[in-house]
Formats: sequence, C-alpha cells, structure tokens
Amino acid sequence: MTEDSKFTSKRMSRRRVLATAGVGALVAASPFRINLAMAQEPTIKIGFPVPLTGPYGTEAQDQVRAAEVAIAEFNEGGGLNGRKAELLVRDDKLNPGEAATRTLELVEKEKVNFIVGSLSAAVQLAVNNVTKQRGIIFNSISQSDTINEVSDFSKFTFHEALNPHMTAGAVGRYAFPKFGKKVAFLTADYAYGHEMVRGFQEAGKAFGVETVTDVRHPIGTTDFSALLPRIQALKPDILCISNFGRDQQIALKQATDFGMKKSMKIVAPILLYTGRVAAGAQAFDGVVGGTSYYWGIEDKVASAKAFNDRFRKMHGGKVPSDYGALGYGGVKTLLMGARAAGSLDADKVIAAVEALKYDYYKGPQYYRKCDHQSVQSVFIIESKANPQKGDADVFNVISTDEPNEANLRTCEALGHKN
Amino acid sequence: MSGLSFDLIALQLFTGLALGAIYVLFAIGLSLIFGMLTVVNFAHGAFYMVGAYAGLFLVSMGGNFWICLVGVPLLVGTFGMIVERFLVRPLYGRGIDYPLLLTFGLSYIMIELIRIAFGTSGYPFDTPELLQGAVDIGVGYFPLYRLFVIGATAVVLIGLWLFLERTSFGLVIRAGARDPQIVRVLGVDVSRVWLIVFGIGTAIAGFAGLLAAPLQGVIPEMGATILAEAFVVTVVGGMGSIGGAVLAGLLVGVVVSMSSLFAPEMAKVSIFALMAIVLLIRPQGFFGRAGLMS
Repeated sequence: MTEDSKFTSKRMSRRRVLATAGVGALVAASPFRINLAMAQEPTIKIGFPVPLTGPYGTEAQDQVRAAEVAIAEFNEGGGLNGRKAELLVRDDKLNPGEAATRTLELVEKEKVNFIVGSLSAAVQLAVNNVTKQRGIIFNSISQSDTINEVSDFSKFTFHEALNPHMTAGAVGRYAFPKFGKKVAFLTADYAYGHEMVRGFQEAGKAFGVETVTDVRHPIGTTDFSALLPRIQALKPDILCISNFGRDQQIALKQATDFGMKKSMKIVAPILLYTGRVAAGAQAFDGVVGGTSYYWGIEDKVASAKAFNDRFRKMHGGKVPSDYGALGYGGVKTLLMGARAAGSLDADKVIAAVEALKYDYYKGPQYYRKCDHQSVQSVFIIESKANPQKGDADVFNVISTDEPNEANLRTCEALGHKN
Repeated sequence: MSGLSFDLIALQLFTGLALGAIYVLFAIGLSLIFGMLTVVNFAHGAFYMVGAYAGLFLVSMGGNFWICLVGVPLLVGTFGMIVERFLVRPLYGRGIDYPLLLTFGLSYIMIELIRIAFGTSGYPFDTPELLQGAVDIGVGYFPLYRLFVIGATAVVLIGLWLFLERTSFGLVIRAGARDPQIVRVLGVDVSRVWLIVFGIGTAIAGFAGLLAAPLQGVIPEMGATILAEAFVVTVVGGMGSIGGAVLAGLLVGVVVSMSSLFAPEMAKVSIFALMAIVLLIRPQGFFGRAGLMS
C-alpha cells in the first residue's frame, strides 16, 4: 500500500462517517424509524422438545423437518407484522423428567412464546404440566386420551394429534363389520396400548365384538414368537396389534412368519410410515390400520399437495411421514392463531386458535372448544404388496373417517362442564 | 385359562427351543472366549450386530443369504482377530477388568460407527425365499425359518465340538486354557491360539446376528438386549463352560416361552428369576469351575 492510497482511504472513511451520521439523523427524524425498531424486536420463539435420540428418533427428526416448513412459510408470509418466528429444538430423550426440564429451560431461559412437541403419551403429560403452570400455550403432537381429560387439560393445552379413542375407533368401525367379531389383542403394556385397546373395545360394542384374549407385552420386546401360538389356538377373526415403532415392526414380521395372516386379519390402530419403510413390504403386507396423515392423499387434498411439495423442496425430495406432518400442523396452527390475533398475548391467541377453521395439510380441521382436541379425519390405510411409485409409495388409503365430533368422547365424559 | 391343549404346550416348547437356539449360539462364543482367554467380552453384542449389518452389506453387493452364511462369519471373525491382535492382546496379564472395560468401550464405538455408516433407523432383512412360510410339525404350524435356525445351531455346535475334541489344534486350545505357561514351555505359540479362539468366538457371534436378522430386522442397538440375556445364560450354565452354555441357552428359551404362555407380563423377569434360583443353589452355575473369576 502506498502513501497516496493510505491518504485516500483515510479521506474515504472520513466521508463515510459523515454520510452515516447524515443518514442516521434522517432516520431519526423519519417515520421509518418505527420499522427499524420493529426489526430489532425479538423473534417469536417456539420451543420444540422431541425425542431426537432413542427408539422414536426417526419420527422426531421428521417432526423437526416438518416444523421447519411451517416456520419458513410463516416468515415468508411476513411473520406477525414483520416479526419472524424461530424454532428451538430440544432432545427430550423420550423421558418425562428430561422433557419437563427442557421445557422449563425453554420457558425460563429462552422465554419461548409457545411449546409444540413431544412424542409419547407420558412425555406430553409431563410437558403439559409445566406449560399449564407457566401459562404457556402447548400444542401436543402425539397420541393421548388423558390429555383431553379435565384432570390434565388447561386452557393453554391444545392437541393437534389424533387420540387413541378416535384412531382405534375409526379402525374398529372399518374392520369389525368386514372381518369379524372375534378379536384378539396383542398390546404394548403402557398407556398407549391400553388406550388403544379401550378405543377398539368401545367402538366394538356397537358390533357385538367379543374379546378372546388381550396379551400384554413389555415395550422393547424383540421376540413375540412365544406369544403367538396361543393367539393362533384361539382362532380369532381379527388380531389387533397395538404397539409402536420397533415393537410393531417385529410383531408384524413374526406374525407373518407364523402364518397368522392366513387365518385372521391383522389390524393396527396406527400403521407408521417410517416403520413400514424400515420393515419392508413382506411384514406389513395386507395389514390394515389408521393414520393421521399419509402423503399419498395429495391426489385428492390440495393442501396436502402444497405441503408435500414444500417439504420436498426443503428436504431433498423426501416426503413427510405421518408423525412428521403433525410437527407442521402443531406449529402452523399456533402461528396462524397468533397472526389472526395480531398479538402474542396468550388469551388472545387461545381465542384465535379456538376460532380457526383450518385446512393446512390434510383437509378441514378445528379445535373442539371444551378440550382443544383437533377434530379431523382419520385415514384407514392398507400396506401395498408391490409399491409402484418408488420407495415412498407404501400405503393405499382405503377409507376416510371424516371429521366428526361424534367420534370423540363427549365433553361430559371427559369431565368438562358445559 | 381356557384353550390350553397338549398341542399348544408342545408347540410352545418348540418355540422355546428355537428361541433358545439363538441364545446358545450367542453364549457359546461368549463362553469360549471367557473360558480360554478369561476375557469377558462386552463387545460380543456389537459383533452380533455387525454380523447382521455384514449380511445386509453382502446382500446389497449382490450376494444372497446362503453366501452370507459363509461370508459373514469370515468377515466378522477377521475383524475379531484384528481387535484381539491390536486391542485385547496388550492387556493380557493385567487382570480381568482391563479387557472388560476395553470391550465395553469398543461396543459403544462400534454401535456409533454403524449408526454413522448405516443410519439410526434400521433395515428390513427378508427371510430367504426357500425358508419362508410355516410348516406343520405335527402339533401345529411352525415357521420354517425357525426350524432352520435350530438346525444351523446344531451344525455349528457339532462342528465346534469336533474341532475342539477331535483335532490336534483343538487339543492345543484346550491345553492352553488349562495352563498357558506349560503349553508355552512346550513350544506352542499361545498368542496365536488365543488369536484364533477370539476369531472363532466373534465369528459365531456374527453368525448368530445374521440368523437373527430375518427374525427381527437389523438395528444398531440389536446386540444390547441379547447381551444382557446371554450373560444370564453364561452365568446359569457356568462361566466358561460350552456345554453349560448350550444347556442353559435352551433352558432360558423354554422358560421365556412357557412363562409367556401363562403370564406374558412375567416373561422378561422370568429369566432373571431363573438366574437367581440357580445362583442360590449352585453359585458356579451348571458346569462352571469355581474361582475362575478370581
């Protein structure tokens, strides 16, 4: 660098200082100042505790991907009067204690505006406990019947996911008239399994369904062979397998190996997209179950098409899974509620979300007033023997249980007044 | 309890034997390594898991299940020998806890590496076409593949027995297990013997993992559960005893199966109850030598 250029650069910087000062003075005097100040307002923070590690890690990571889609759409749409949203993901390790700690941290340290997440009946109740005490709106995105009940519900609690009563009910109403009345259950021995069985049995009353056995197994069972011969000997028409994740994959695989599909129909309350992809066509062949979402409905549902396309664009051509899509729905409803309310004030957002009649990704939905349960459709799906349209083409939607409050437990039964 | 019949109980017994076959295969490798090398191989579950992934890899390279039956034990056994040569060998003569901690850490590294290479979500492993479906075994239908697992286990056991009892190298192995110092004085390269024993033990673990893959699919954590259960088997059978591992493995399978029939909630606990009872009556297990751990 020469003496000359040094001199020039000095002069330049002096000029720049003057210019900056001038602009600053102008801004200070102009109405633009308000906008600039607004831009510095903190973002809308959404805490997202999900089990990134552990047996449901695959589903949880997909929930994060889908939630990112909702955030991106909201921000591109101008946010809340220019205020952008941001996702704060935490690993709850599928542990209620861990989830409560992470949630408390998100509320106290990060000052989040909303919490969305959890992927287990027990974990969501732990998160809900924290959020209802702190007055933070929580949208739960996994199955539970208890969260609707008056003992756990608060006005801050929303439930975007289906609950076992709706899911098992829809599958039961489809399966019992078609496949028979003698039903055997193979059930994971915890809240999820118990609530599903209750859902099936309540739906079964109308059809005179008889339970021949209910075999309970612990979570994380890797061999079901010892449980199957007895079920086979009882000769049921239908075998309801109510378990989740790996347990479901292994149970279906081994039931297939034992030739059980020849003498009975196997149904599951929920058929997991990720589970079907991981376990292969053989194990799931001919199995009927329910789901909150399957990407293949995009042929008929415009909002699903838009969501899938956006998801594909953001995540390398992948399609969202069932539980993944709930991450989108859970975040999107709260953000749209905030936009409708024009505020982040909890009571105003609650009122706005209660008033939403929305169709963001799976057809029409709304939150029931008394328990904030999302009233929505349940898709009855059957696994395809031979996928034609690539690896993701795994299910046929064979029936749709349309959104109907009559398929939920009544507000009175849940202990809510009015 | 309704619906109990002789056929059902017989079928349940058979199911237990098939279940036990995998335990047996897993536990004899564990017992072999412990009996000869006094190494408690905590990475045995990881070798089992690597066996399943090696099978997956060979199939994706265009191989089939039958090629895997030979290729997987070779691959996993070779890997086991590398581990023995460079990691376990420097720790001989340092007390039982050194190799225990080493293999414990190694199992975590192996699982993590598999997660990085193959992802966390697991893969299906289709039952080979020839062995699909169920056959009538007189008391009811039983999956053909599980019959095959029982048969394959028997073949491995007979082969191992012949190798240890009827070959001169087997004689050296047995002598080395008794008294390595004398064997060394007699001019035998004991470290080579141990290398091969570790290789055989891990090869059988890999083989067991491959056999288990069509039963339950393949995930990085698949070795962890069976490791805990296999330790029950080796403790019940007697640490270091191969015959004990066989008997205890089959017994554990049958206990799990029978308790599943009468009280499925208790099935998981039942094998630990069995272990407690055996330890109270016979602390060294069925065929164990007392004082091997000290």
